[in-house]
This record gives sequence, structure tokens and C-alpha cells, in this order.
Amino acid sequence: MGNQISPEKVSSFLEEVLQESNVNIRACFQCQKCSAGCPVVSAMDIMPHQIIRQIQYGRKDKVLSSRTIWICASCHTCSTRCPNDIDVAKVMDSLRHLSLRYNYKTPEEEIPLFHRVFLENIKSSGRVHELSLIMRYKLKTKDFFKDATLGWEMFRRGKIKIMPAGSYGTKDVKKIFQVYEKGERR
Amino acid sequence: MKEVTYYPGCSLHGTAREYDESFRGVASILGINLYELEDWTCCGSTAAHCTDEALAIALPMRNLSLAEKYDREMVIPCVACYSRFKAACEEVKEHPEYLILPYEGKVKIKYALDFLSEEESLKNLLSKGVKPLKNLSVACYYGCLAVRPPKLTEVKNYEYPEHMDRLMELMGAKAVSWSYKTDCCGASLVMTRTDIVTHLTQKILSAAIEAGADCIVTGCTMCHSNLDTRQEDLTSKGEKRKIPVFYFTELMGLYLGHREVKKWLSRHITDPMKLLTEKGLI
Repeated sequence: MGNQISPEKVSSFLEEVLQESNVNIRACFQCQKCSAGCPVVSAMDIMPHQIIRQIQYGRKDKVLSSRTIWICASCHTCSTRCPNDIDVAKVMDSLRHLSLRYNYKTPEEEIPLFHRVFLENIKSSGRVHELSLIMRYKLKTKDFFKDATLGWEMFRRGKIKIMPAGSYGTKDVKKIFQVYEKGERR
Repeated sequence: MKEVTYYPGCSLHGTAREYDESFRGVASILGINLYELEDWTCCGSTAAHCTDEALAIALPMRNLSLAEKYDREMVIPCVACYSRFKAACEEVKEHPEYLILPYEGKVKIKYALDFLSEEESLKNLLSKGVKPLKNLSVACYYGCLAVRPPKLTEVKNYEYPEHMDRLMELMGAKAVSWSYKTDCCGASLVMTRTDIVTHLTQKILSAAIEAGADCIVTGCTMCHSNLDTRQEDLTSKGEKRKIPVFYFTELMGLYLGHREVKKWLSRHITDPMKLLTEKGLI
């Protein structure tokens, strides 16, 4: 029974993705060109053309908890080559938004974690300070040694600023994050 | 004297410092006045567009609202920022409610490579060149966002672009033909799935070596960082040599005889000095 497709389930998830993305997913005829050109398909658990199919089938849990939506590097090769003009990359963005909104877990948890740390960095000073970003991310993943030598080499070459340079656009940035956090105007 | 608004973005104030320095250096020789946008803030990058539409629109648009005070076009060297600005300009049409400051839509946004490849700029460049890049074979690497999505970038030959190749050839270099011009390097996955980025960059680096290029040229901060810093494994995987990676503005600076080229290049992880010395260019 678990794999059976109920019409209600199909229409609700498909409609939700259509609304979030404004992309006509119904136009897909499964030519697989998106998956054939995808540079990171080997690391995905569901290939891009299959993601589109699964949305049409209404398999919300499977899609929104997949590795695929986080592995997608937003290179836009799929969207550029789709013969039916489906913006697959934009659909991937929408799926990530929905996945976060409904608190889905993913085996690729470090990727949304990195995005969260990145956004906290913008929220606190308006610009990204790379060293604090990396340190905060490492504190959360506890992986302190990865690329440590490289970090040192970059520091020696003056590529890493030790101190953040200050705060920018404070009032506006605060307002932007308030809108996002409250989910207002959505 | 041409005057433009300059949006550097976060990387150019940090890990891509040499891109900022060389872009400023080239602009000053070409007689372009750069006005850095006051109080600019981050475009939101991958993190914003992967998280929420309100952030993906509001963060870049705030900067455009500030830039609209001036009657100047805005030039962006970081192609990732550029892409976010172009996308936000489209998306805000569907969601004007996410604008944080008023914006009428008057600012013309240009990616630095497109801006410096315009006919007028090329003529200017040729008239000021002092050191032709003779005997230098370059593999022009555009990456993803300089060409895709073509609806936003307006690049016609998005599968096999040639505008950077043309720029390099005008300066006397030889641009090689190769198949990885617009392949993805894995970009921001470098922090989270370094294995994927290592795999993709090895393919790109090896392809450039196989095509006979002495070096790779790019205009993307993430591509540069991924290709420049991930070459340790290259020789252990059977490649005979490493391959230096330049920002296109660094080679322009070299061609224009800028005094600080060596300083810019000293920031690279994969040493480019040996190659340039061998070729008699430095």
C-alpha cells in the first residue's frame, strides 16, 4: 500500500511545488537530458529526472528528505538543456525551501548546516567574514583538521582577514532577517 | 573617464583579494573610475537562494536600491554575486513585497568580464598594451554562472563561449580548444562535500593539461579557489605537472604592464611565477 499513489496526495504536493517554483513541472516527458548532463549526479540518491517524476507522483517525504536536493550545485546545466524549458535548478531551490519549512531531515545534513551558519554570518554584520564563517562551521561539525594546512597557506598569502571589518547595512539587514524569520508576506 | 559603481562582494575583500586588486589595477590604467558602493552588503550567495525566496530577493536588491542613487552602471567581478543580482531582478517582479528599500529598476548590472570585453574597452586595452602574452597557451574556463542561465546572462554561445578566448588572443596569448569551458567545479560544496569538488576539479585540471594549456584563466572566485587550491593530489594521480590558474584581470594587468602584478600573483597557492619566468613574461 505504501507505494500506491493516491490522487489527493499527488495533487497536493505537485500543486505545492508548482506554486513555490512557478515552473511547469507537468511538461516533463522524461527524456533524462537533465540527469545526463548533471555534474554531481553520481553523488545523488534520486536523479534529477526522477525527482521531477516523484513530484508528479506526490512522493513528498521521499523528495524532501533526499540527498539530491542538497547535492545539486545550482550549475543550471539541466535548466539550460531541458527541451521543455523546465527550470530544474529553480525547482531544486523550491524543494530545499519546502524541506526546511517542514523540517525534513537529510543524510546530507552538513550542507543545510553550512547555509545556516553562512546566513548567521550575514545577519550579524551584513557581510561575510570568511574566517568566522569557517570557524563557526568547524565548531559545529567538530572537523578541525580538514584543510588546516591549506588555511595556513592562504593566511600566509594575505587571503584571510583575521578580524571582521565592521558592520554594514545594520538596520536593513535586521529587517530582511525579521521578514524571513517570521515568514511574513509569504 | 568612464565612471561605474563597483560592487566587490565578500570574497573580493578576503580570499579573492588578488581579483579585487587586479580589477582595480586594470580599471585605473584603462581610465575607468570605480566608485565602490557605500555600505554594500552580501548578496546572500548560495545560502540565501537555497534557504528562502525572501532572502534571495531582499539581500541583493538592497544593494541595487542604494546604487540607484547614482546614474551609473554597476560592475560586479564576482560572477556568483552577479548571478544572484540578475536572478533577484527577475524574481522581484513576481514578489515586489520582498523589497526592503524602494527600487525603480534603473541600474544596469554588468559582469566584469562582459564589461571589459565590450568593443570600446577592447580598443582601449589594445592601445595601452605593453607586454603581449606571447607563447602563452591558456585554457579559458568560464564555469557555470558566467554563461548560465543564458536567459539571465544573455550569452549567446553558452555551451561553447568564446569571449574570454577572444580577449586573451587579442593580448597575444593562444586560447586552446577544450571541452570543459563551462563544466561545474562544485562551487560551494567545497566546504561540505570536498570529495565531490576534488573529483570535479581534477577532471577540469587534467583536461586543460591534456589540451596543451600552460595555465587556466577564469573570472569566478569559487572556480579560482577550487582549481588553485586543490592541486596537491594531481601529481599523485599521474599528472606530470601542476597548472597555474589566473584571474583574467591578472593577465590583463600583466599585458598592461601594471607594477603590482607580482604582488597579486604571490597570493596564489599554485605558483604561477615559474611559468611566467620561463615564458619571459615577468
